Amino acid sequence: MKSSVITFPGSNCDRDMDVALKKFGFKNNMVWHDDNELPKSDLVVLPGGFSYGDYLRCGSMASKSRIMQSVINFANSGGLVMGICNGFQILVETGLVPGVLLRNRYLEFICKNVFVKLHNKENIYFKHLDKDVLKFHIAHNEGNYFCTKDQLKEIEDNNQIAVYYCDDKGQIEDQFNPNGSIKNIAGIFNKKKNVLGMMPHPERMIDQSLSGEDGSLFFKNLINNIK
Amino acid sequence: MKVSAIITLKKDVLDPQGKVIHQALDGMGFSSVNEVRQGKYFEIDVKENDPKKAKEIVENMCSKLLANLVIEDYKIIETQ
Repeated sequence: MKSSVITFPGSNCDRDMDVALKKFGFKNNMVWHDDNELPKSDLVVLPGGFSYGDYLRCGSMASKSRIMQSVINFANSGGLVMGICNGFQILVETGLVPGVLLRNRYLEFICKNVFVKLHNKENIYFKHLDKDVLKFHIAHNEGNYFCTKDQLKEIEDNNQIAVYYCDDKGQIEDQFNPNGSIKNIAGIFNKKKNVLGMMPHPERMIDQSLSGEDGSLFFKNLINNIK
Repeated sequence: MKVSAIITLKKDVLDPQGKVIHQALDGMGFSSVNEVRQGKYFEIDVKENDPKKAKEIVENMCSKLLANLVIEDYKIIETQ
């Protein structure tokens, strides 16, 4: 299985993602934002970080960079594209997934472990996962998911919510919402569910001695689903 | 020709920065403030001398990059 991680100026989770993908069996390519062509890939990842210094709006400049046209074409032809954290912000700016990410509701940078509940498993990212609640890490200033009422209805009607912020038992309540996201939304899909954007970082949970193994479960499952 | 554009958050979008600025103003004694909304201001020098055309160019920039129309509105406020 081949994957590509796009590095933008200011990306800082690209190498973590590279380590995670390789650990679970992907042959990963690092792709520079100014390249024209995407190498042949089964999965493309837009990593976390602060692409272009978060100028204008987080992810807005990166969404217009040269490689992104290939990424958009790849996604529109059904290719798997996953955006984590800043990658999610880039995805919303391209319009591949609906909505936007506003500043966190209490205007503070949040860096902590959170629990997320999978909304449904009828997609290639979560199918066959044993657990419904996963412990991931978040580190962001703009993760407050927002969309219009019409968009929210469409997202819900199409089953596009991927993960919610919750507690360790999977309860989705406002007190477990770190950043003010509408309906505790931590990640969403596009309509076809081949594009996933989420704020939490699975690549930071791939080693028991460092943090936890829920990211390992996610990546192991993902590569098996793609095979 | 210089064209100026203002980007503001739409009315129903929460503006936490505006709220904090409002609170700070209150604390400083500016008690007459109803609401503060923070936005962005752009001054763009366009290679175009026709004000109508210059405005159109900047409008196009606003809708494609400068503003995110899910949460923001834009207004061209001045051409000179």
